[in-house]
Order: sequence, then C-alpha cells, then structure tokens
Amino acid sequence: MSEIELWILLLLAVTMLSAAVMVLLVKNHIAAVAAASVVSLGLALIFALLRAPDVAMTEAAVGVGLSSLILALALRRLGLWRLDGSKTKTNLLEHHVENRDG
Amino acid sequence: MGSLTGLLFAGGLGFMLLAVASGLDFGAPPMLIGSEIQAHAPQQTGAANIVTSVVLGYRAIDTLGELSILFASAVSAGLVLGRRHTTAGTQTKGGFILQSGGSLLFPLMMTIGFYIIFHGHLTPGGGFQGGVILAAAFFLPLLARPGARLHHKSLSLIEGFAGASFILIGLFAMLEGKAFLQPMLIQDTLGQLVSAGTLPLLYLAVGLKVGAELASLLSRLIQTEAPQ
Repeated sequence: MSEIELWILLLLAVTMLSAAVMVLLVKNHIAAVAAASVVSLGLALIFALLRAPDVAMTEAAVGVGLSSLILALALRRLGLWRLDGSKTKTNLLEHHVENRDG
Repeated sequence: MGSLTGLLFAGGLGFMLLAVASGLDFGAPPMLIGSEIQAHAPQQTGAANIVTSVVLGYRAIDTLGELSILFASAVSAGLVLGRRHTTAGTQTKGGFILQSGGSLLFPLMMTIGFYIIFHGHLTPGGGFQGGVILAAAFFLPLLARPGARLHHKSLSLIEGFAGASFILIGLFAMLEGKAFLQPMLIQDTLGQLVSAGTLPLLYLAVGLKVGAELASLLSRLIQTEAPQ
C-alpha cells in the first residue's frame, strides 16, 4: 500500500469517526440519519481502497442507500420527520404523544 | 452524560481491540482454505470472480440460509407494518426535479442492476447488490408520485418463483448424482458472459428475489403513514 493511500485511509477514518460522534450528539433526527450514512459511505470507500470491491458494492448499496432510506421512512412513519431541529423534546415517546394530541 | 459514558466505553473497547490486534501477524492467515480456494476455484467452478465461486459454489447453502433470513425479516416487517393507511396517497407530490429525475433514472437503474446481476460471475457484484439497485429503481417512482402503487401480487409471484428456482437448481444437481447446489452444466471459457454453468442462473434468482422483497418492503414502509 502506497503512502498516499495510507493518508486517504487516515482521512476517511477521521471523517467516519467524527460522523459517528455526530450521530450521537446531533438533535435533528434526519441529520443523524444522514451522518450515519456518511459513516457507511466512508466504510465503502475504505473497502474499495483495500481491494475488496464486492464488499464495497454491498456496503454502498445496502449501508449507504437502503438502510438510511429505511431509517428515514421509519422516522416518517413515527411522525418524527421535521427539518427544524427541535430543541426541547428529543424523546421519541414525547413526540408521539404530542402528535396524537394535535 | 449517557452519550459520554458510551463514548468512553467505545474508546476503551477500541483500545482493547487495538491491543489484541497488534499481537496478530497480518498477511499470514493460519487457515489454509483461502489459498486452496484461490488456486482451484477458476478451474472447478469456471467463474472468473472468486467471490462468486465461494458464495454460490463452495458456500451455496450459506447463501440459501441468507435468503431465508431475508425472507423471514421481510415477511415479519410486512406483518408489523400492517395495512395500507387510509391517508396514504393524499400526500403532496414530489417536485418537478424529483418526478422527471425519477422517470429519467428508472431505465438507467434497471440497466445497471441487471448488468451487475448478469456479470456477477465475471466482475465484482452479483445478485445481492444488483437486487438492491433494482429495488431502488422501483422505489424511486413511488417517492415522486405517492399515489402510485406497486403490484404486490406480481412482486410476491416473482419472489416465490425465484426462491423456488434456486432450490430447484440445487435439487437438480442432486438428481444428477452430485451434492446439493453443486455447480453443474458446461463451464465454457473462463471470462465469457455465458460460462460458469449454473452460477449465473443462481445469481439471477438471488437478484430477482432480493429486488422483489426489498421493493415490497419499501413500498409498504412508504404507504403506511403515522397516525395523525
């Protein structure tokens, strides 16, 4: 593995780690789903760099596309699909109860 | 506070794994089966892509188990999601870009999905990856026009036919006096589109099954709305 590939790997790892921390810290659910798919995208690129194209394709199709799509649709079904980050209520149940009332 | 504890735990786990991994010597696997398969797979199965010859040749029963796990999870998700909600179809349509982009991308995504499935024994990729792309191609029009519906009956027909043909190909190998799911038919020239015997047929069955399953799962997810 050449020097430049090693640097690209390091950059990808840092990006993935920061995206993974963002999933925990960010308040907006849709932003969390997007950050989770960034983690998968970095993982797919790492697989491609490590000469595992089969696994990279699976990760790109399933991890980046399908699983984030399913998470986003689940958010919509639970009624948590809102683009403005709600500051006060982050609890899933609270959101649901609020939806029932309104 | 809770997430900080989680971060600390993850950091400690990472450190422990790093300490364990630093003791291993990479590049010198203790098992011999990998080099054995790499040496003999092209001659034994006729597939240029060694991953395919493992997935559908040496470890075909694993793939069958994977398919049945996928089937069980799709069925149970459909069971949990339940019926189509009455408000489905009254949602706002997608914008102009989403609608025309969806129509434009549909044939391209179908082409690349089938390309990946049909070339599974030659190039990286195969039934699972191509099937996911096919499912995405069928899901895109639903995203643009929420009123549209997929024909669930034909989807489940395709899925059942594909799953049954996977098993039937395996049983056919047993009729010939070989092991269950053992590759057969003529292998032909290595690297040709029509080669590797039954492996492309098996991958076609896998791709159709995965695509139909995921498309019906996604359409169920989008058509059942949150209770208002």
